[in-house]
Amino acid sequence: MAARYDRAITVFSPDGHLFQVEYAQEAVKKGSTAVGIRGKDIVVLGVEKKSVAKLQEERTVRKICTLDDHVCMAFAGLTADARIVINRARVECQSHRLTVEDPVTVEYITRHIATLKQRYTQSNGRRPFGISALIVGFDCDGTPRLYQTDPSGTYHAWKANAIGRSAKTVREFLEKNYTDEAIATDNESIKLAIKALLEVVQSGGKNIELAVIRRNQPLKLLESKEIETLVTEIEKEKEDEAEKKKQKKST
Amino acid sequence: MALANVLQSESVDFSNYGRKCRGFSSSLYETELGLESVGGDNLSFAVRTACSDGDGPERKIQFLHGTTTLAFKFQHGVIVAVDSRATAGAYIASQTVKKVIEINPYLLGTMAGGAADCSFWERLLARQCRVYELRNKERISVAAASKLLANMVYQYKGMGLSMGTMVCGWDKTGPGLYYVDSEGNRVCGDLFAVGSGSMYAYGIVDSGLKQKDLTVEEACDLGCRAIYQATYRDAYSGGQVNLYHVHSEGWNRVSQSDVLMLHQQYQAEKA
Repeated sequence: MAARYDRAITVFSPDGHLFQVEYAQEAVKKGSTAVGIRGKDIVVLGVEKKSVAKLQEERTVRKICTLDDHVCMAFAGLTADARIVINRARVECQSHRLTVEDPVTVEYITRHIATLKQRYTQSNGRRPFGISALIVGFDCDGTPRLYQTDPSGTYHAWKANAIGRSAKTVREFLEKNYTDEAIATDNESIKLAIKALLEVVQSGGKNIELAVIRRNQPLKLLESKEIETLVTEIEKEKEDEAEKKKQKKST
Repeated sequence: MALANVLQSESVDFSNYGRKCRGFSSSLYETELGLESVGGDNLSFAVRTACSDGDGPERKIQFLHGTTTLAFKFQHGVIVAVDSRATAGAYIASQTVKKVIEINPYLLGTMAGGAADCSFWERLLARQCRVYELRNKERISVAAASKLLANMVYQYKGMGLSMGTMVCGWDKTGPGLYYVDSEGNRVCGDLFAVGSGSMYAYGIVDSGLKQKDLTVEEACDLGCRAIYQATYRDAYSGGQVNLYHVHSEGWNRVSQSDVLMLHQQYQAEKA
């Protein structure tokens, strides 16, 4: 049945599905995980780094990109599609600065990206973008924001979210662990992001890439050393927790 | 207002190079920029273009558009004062023209040059501002509004639009005042006067603004006085003085005073 309605993007199925869009969402689910956390004075983006071939230079594979000084995004899905979307978003950020003489708000650029994606779900001869994006940043008034877009062109604001492979697992972890104490300080927010990724990433700190934006500061990519330190901290905390539980049980 | 067929374009428009000098053209407000105009820029239109057939037709007399409009910033916002006379040559077409266009409850635009051009483009600007507000859930800034207007008319540059307007408002960065014209100029400033009577108005406002902190009443008085003096000496300005005050909550129309009444009032004060 689906076979007849999934050829053209502009055709609805009898039960109201746009199959191409749904297949695009499947493509997103195959991409490597990305997680975003909105703290009080910091926003954190973490991605699972795919293992790189021996001869490949690591630096050319970047899943976290700046759109402007105060906004950046991570994506999950088709890297090539993401490149196009990022380019358009970067141009729009500058156009906005030119015509309105103000930097974009995170919501504005998210809306722009979402509108772009929606346009591709409604034109002939084009297929939807196969990416979901997590867009983070600070608005002019200092409020931190996190938005997620998906191939259908919808966008929502989130306190914390994950996209890509095993996104459901990570999201459940975040739902349990995202509390006001968990994001009380910058460091805690970063650790929460790492903890979330460690749920699904195979070999620990080596395969995690983390970036943070603090208010009025540009994007900062954490070095692998810093990530390692934080991972060891987290593991120690876990051990301490396990010890406490054992003691409780024994007493 | 304008003597369309006695105007000649003297603009430093490089696209004019090689083109014939046109008889009826764009505005000449370029020379009327406020104190903040950056010296040495192409904002001064006293420079003549290398018009190839410049020696041909006689240099026509340049008439500035018959009007006086002014606006200045002060600590409590922006004062906008305009006259209300429209002339067609030596004939006074109307003494009751509304030269302040209410773009929206917190943005005002003044009119100088072609009345149709000004009111049309400013109404279009009002539409754009409203759409911006709906899309972005916040008011548009004065800088952005003036930029939109400037970009809109720039597309028609050289096609004969005649508009010299001041976009005045209050946004989250405080009072805003921009001068925009159909040549594509867009300048931010604290004081602008546009039109044939602008020089007289500048004289009054410049001397009145010496003391730093004006109260709202003093500032309104100054604006009124400046327009009155301009109408006194300039034949192409007259009628009534329409005075507006833009503050943090929006604009409000302060007064409309007939110039003749003002004349009697000031004469009585002198005595």
